[in-house]
Amino acid sequence: MPDYTPQELMVIAAAREVRDGEVVFVGMRLPLLAFALAKRTHAPNAAGLFENGILRDRPIDELLMTMSDPPNVSGASWCTSLLNVMALLHRGSADLGFIGGAEVDRFGNVNSSYVGNSRAPRVKLPGSGGACDIASHAGRFIAIIEHDRRRLPERVSYVTSPGYGSGGDWRRRVGLRGGGPSAVITTLGVLGFDAETKEAELRSIHPGVALDDVRANTGWPLRVSGSLAPTPPPARDELEIVRALDKDGIWTR
Amino acid sequence: MVDKRMSLREAIARFVSDGDTVAMGAALEGLIPFAAGHELIRQRRRGLTFIGPISDALLDQLVGAGCVSKVVVAWAGNVSEGLGHNYRRAAEAGIPHRIQIEDHTNLTLALGLLAGALGVPYIPSRSGLGSDLPASNPTLRVIASPLDGQPLIAVPAIQPDVAVLHVQRADAEGRAHCWGALGVTNEAGLASRRIILTAEEIVPGDVILSDPNRIIAPHFKVVAVAHAPGGAHPSPAQGYYGRDHAFFGEYHRRSRTPDDFAAWLDEWVLRLPDRAAYVERLGAERWQSLTLRDHRFAATVDYGL
Repeated sequence: MPDYTPQELMVIAAAREVRDGEVVFVGMRLPLLAFALAKRTHAPNAAGLFENGILRDRPIDELLMTMSDPPNVSGASWCTSLLNVMALLHRGSADLGFIGGAEVDRFGNVNSSYVGNSRAPRVKLPGSGGACDIASHAGRFIAIIEHDRRRLPERVSYVTSPGYGSGGDWRRRVGLRGGGPSAVITTLGVLGFDAETKEAELRSIHPGVALDDVRANTGWPLRVSGSLAPTPPPARDELEIVRALDKDGIWTR
Repeated sequence: MVDKRMSLREAIARFVSDGDTVAMGAALEGLIPFAAGHELIRQRRRGLTFIGPISDALLDQLVGAGCVSKVVVAWAGNVSEGLGHNYRRAAEAGIPHRIQIEDHTNLTLALGLLAGALGVPYIPSRSGLGSDLPASNPTLRVIASPLDGQPLIAVPAIQPDVAVLHVQRADAEGRAHCWGALGVTNEAGLASRRIILTAEEIVPGDVILSDPNRIIAPHFKVVAVAHAPGGAHPSPAQGYYGRDHAFFGEYHRRSRTPDDFAAWLDEWVLRLPDRAAYVERLGAERWQSLTLRDHRFAATVDYGL
């Protein structure tokens, strides 16, 4: 058994997607930890945007439950309005954004609104928040989700946050300027997207996970990248930072 | 000078009617006007349209108490716990009654309020293109830009009857200072016909006028100023108290069934006369644990001549 949880590995894998100097539209929960980890390791010059109206450069020493918790405001590089931060995103200044969701499909479309028919939903989920905005306008975005057949259907029942739609040049045709999903980080591996077809393909597989498990837990015949590699396991310092931030394991245990 | 101070009970009784469109939670997860929301529940307002980008557990409580018939939001639930049980029951099973939902993104909701603030019919955006939002919320329409024919989403103006804003400090005439993340506070105030302020502190006008850049709305739109210390609890008020995460967790557990929620509502809202009684019920020890450990004052600025 590995000495870390799938959530810890997802946070660490997400952090590794942040490049130094990038402007990152940070989400809540796991992405908050991922951003905090990236700041403390390989991306000290990354800047975080939060839709409540915050631009932040300084790392935060305590766990945030929401982006409006006082420690995120204190020492911010800009504390302003939602529209000002969203203007940066909409105009193309955010390099990367993170989102969560209940379902992600074959072309990286994300549902966080309705399970079943939106007029008579089986489950009413909270909705977009800023997720649709991030997915639409960020230079690239990353979805983080638990990997099972229910959560990775061939086609989401409702598109809250557009990925590559039906594939190919769909995003350009519908008028979206952001780059679309670059990765889906799951409890079993990391999916990337084919450069032409924009179909998801398995890019890396987490330590101890069998390829058959990934396939059996995906709602469509999942393609496997020619360069499939194991996900590098967490380094000791990465784990220590995540555990120091999430002391009680609220998001990662 | 027009003294707009009054009790929160009087402010809600005079300025929020059944069927009104009410903007709340404009600052997102902070400064949520829970005290005002609880007063709406006690006064049994019905048929409200709730406007808010996110709203945390306050919307869930208003829906569960039967105050809301329509919800215009980007996100609804319990931010640190996930789904909102009352919101789900209303949307999935019509309990306590059906609600109409207009889905937005955080940006489209803000742009709707900005259009409302400007008095224009819509503002274009690319948020929503390629998504199912225009299908489930037909007020968001895909249009061709009149300039280049490119697709855009026309976000229609939102003009609430009233914005309820919780602020750190206000004067008797309705000038208010607010700091921390502002979310759509400015746009919600400008878009609304009238503004109700609830404030941690009521201070002399000179205090507010000493820093006019920090004022969040034109005082002439403010119809009521209610002193409500602790009025944002369990959400945070920067410089006064932090977020009571445990309270959100307790609410989440105690709203799983309609009966559980009824008991919670009775204990924390219906049986209490006002916010002072609510803060007393929380207890000194719990309140102490939420108040500041460490002051961080901003440097003063000089508005000298």
